[in-house]
Amino acid sequence: MRAMTYRGPYKIRVEDKPMPRVEHPNDAIVRVTTAAICGSDLHLYHGMMPDTRVGSTFGHEFVGVVHEVGPSVQHLAVGDRVMVPFNIYCGTCFFCARGLYSNCHNVNPNATAVGGIYGYSHTTGGYDGGQAEFVRVPFADVGPAKVPDWMDEEDAVLCTDALATGYFGAQLADIAEGDVVVVLGAGPVGLFAARSAWLMGAGRVIVVDQIEERLELARTFAYAETINYTQHKDVVVELKRTTGWLGADRVIDAVGAEADGNLVQHVTSAKLKLQGGSPVALNWAIDGVRKGGTVSVMGAYGPIFSAVKFGDAMNKGLTLRANQAPVKRQWPRLFEHMRSGYLKPNDIVTHRIPLEHIAEGYHMFSAKLDGCVKPLVVPGGD
Amino acid sequence: MPDDRPTERGTTVPYTADKPPLPETPDQLRARIPGWGADLDPADRPAVPREVRGLETGAHWELPEQQPEHQPRERSVEHARLTPVFGTSVPLKGLSGVVRRYAYRRFSEARAAHWLLLVAADRVDAVESHLASLATRRPDDPVTQSGVLAEAGNHPVRSRAGRTDVRHQVLDPVLVVGPWVLAGLVVYRLGRALVRRVRT
Repeated sequence: MRAMTYRGPYKIRVEDKPMPRVEHPNDAIVRVTTAAICGSDLHLYHGMMPDTRVGSTFGHEFVGVVHEVGPSVQHLAVGDRVMVPFNIYCGTCFFCARGLYSNCHNVNPNATAVGGIYGYSHTTGGYDGGQAEFVRVPFADVGPAKVPDWMDEEDAVLCTDALATGYFGAQLADIAEGDVVVVLGAGPVGLFAARSAWLMGAGRVIVVDQIEERLELARTFAYAETINYTQHKDVVVELKRTTGWLGADRVIDAVGAEADGNLVQHVTSAKLKLQGGSPVALNWAIDGVRKGGTVSVMGAYGPIFSAVKFGDAMNKGLTLRANQAPVKRQWPRLFEHMRSGYLKPNDIVTHRIPLEHIAEGYHMFSAKLDGCVKPLVVPGGD
Repeated sequence: MPDDRPTERGTTVPYTADKPPLPETPDQLRARIPGWGADLDPADRPAVPREVRGLETGAHWELPEQQPEHQPRERSVEHARLTPVFGTSVPLKGLSGVVRRYAYRRFSEARAAHWLLLVAADRVDAVESHLASLATRRPDDPVTQSGVLAEAGNHPVRSRAGRTDVRHQVLDPVLVVGPWVLAGLVVYRLGRALVRRVRT
């Protein structure tokens, strides 16, 4: 089968790889029909995530058709059209039993601090991902769900991570009616978090980024006010000014490990890999939120230490909340919002890339060329 | 660039108790934004409370069956056992495999050495794999694999206008090509030293 294959930092190609096999009785093999490139895939692509092995296949957002099932699979059958959450999880460990699906303890031998994720290095379990023609899906009775008949393929693939993560991030922020919510980052997760903040009754939503096309989407798709941080000497002061010198009630970090805006932080992390991530956005969140406020961290960071301004967080009495999203818990309510017309996920899709051209797709997304916000990957596409 | 200095001396927030007034009322927001307030009640939020017992997951086991371990699988020393399910992509191999195996066996996830060794092994893996590819019918091709061909036709100049990260992007080619240049220099100098030693 054809699969995206990592060849080292900034280098990937498409190779013929062996077909994935059923390795556990509850495995399924899924033929991928649409996948996506996530902003967090860029952390792998740039060589920031420890134990990212040459030869591995990325991709944790995908939908497809069940091609084969293991002997204990009861809820899926060959031919079912399925959407697969980015979390790999067993459903019954201490953490899954409490709804913390993204923190499953039964799927990742490489680390206890993170659960299992498709195509996201051995630090998250060493599974190949869905930017390929076929993918192994463990715990087929737990993670995947049949795509509802009414749901569009592209909307479905966005439900597997970006939309669910943005919606979850807004929930972690504990938004109350009338709250001023700042979202750092106008990528897919940031846009969905901003849109979700309104669902929870925000009084103002302000999105911060540096790319005008993305800020335009924040205004039109997410109905938000925007701040282009490159147009201000100090974005934290601008956040204070625009909130009447109080600071935002809630701030959502939807940027993560490769945040720019501070040369030393960016170079020591994104370029030299000496930090688990560049905490520029996280530090802006800590300094831009009001005292007693909440910071919700949706941006992905690596497991190595990062230079976070924890003293400010402590002195301001902040609540810091973070997790990978337990995707499937979000789906029933998200599906209601989609059917009500409150959310139309694929409005943010900008590029559709054939699998054979995925190296160009990664470069375009990484360099943010051509207004690229959300690229999808189509196996077998021309 | 606007002057961000705090000059609004007349402001009273947050020096008094009330929040600044919002620009729109809830009714105005509800009219303007589809679904405004639909999840106002935390009971409607699926992630609230964070921990919930009794959710239907589809699992029909207490402890999942063990996936067969066909070759020794590295694992964190913070795990009491091999997890019932694990990924089998790219088993350990070569010098990078030695470093990775050591990092997993010797250091917990709490130790910086664990992660820094794994990052170092990633760099070793890349070099090993590039060299190995030279002995195949499909050696690594830094041009096509970097995707840089996507620059053509995708507005490379206009897309970067006004962005603060552009000044850091000049480092990317250095990071991609730099190791190759350094490796070439090392090979050249070693070769030259060897030739000189043989001649003398």
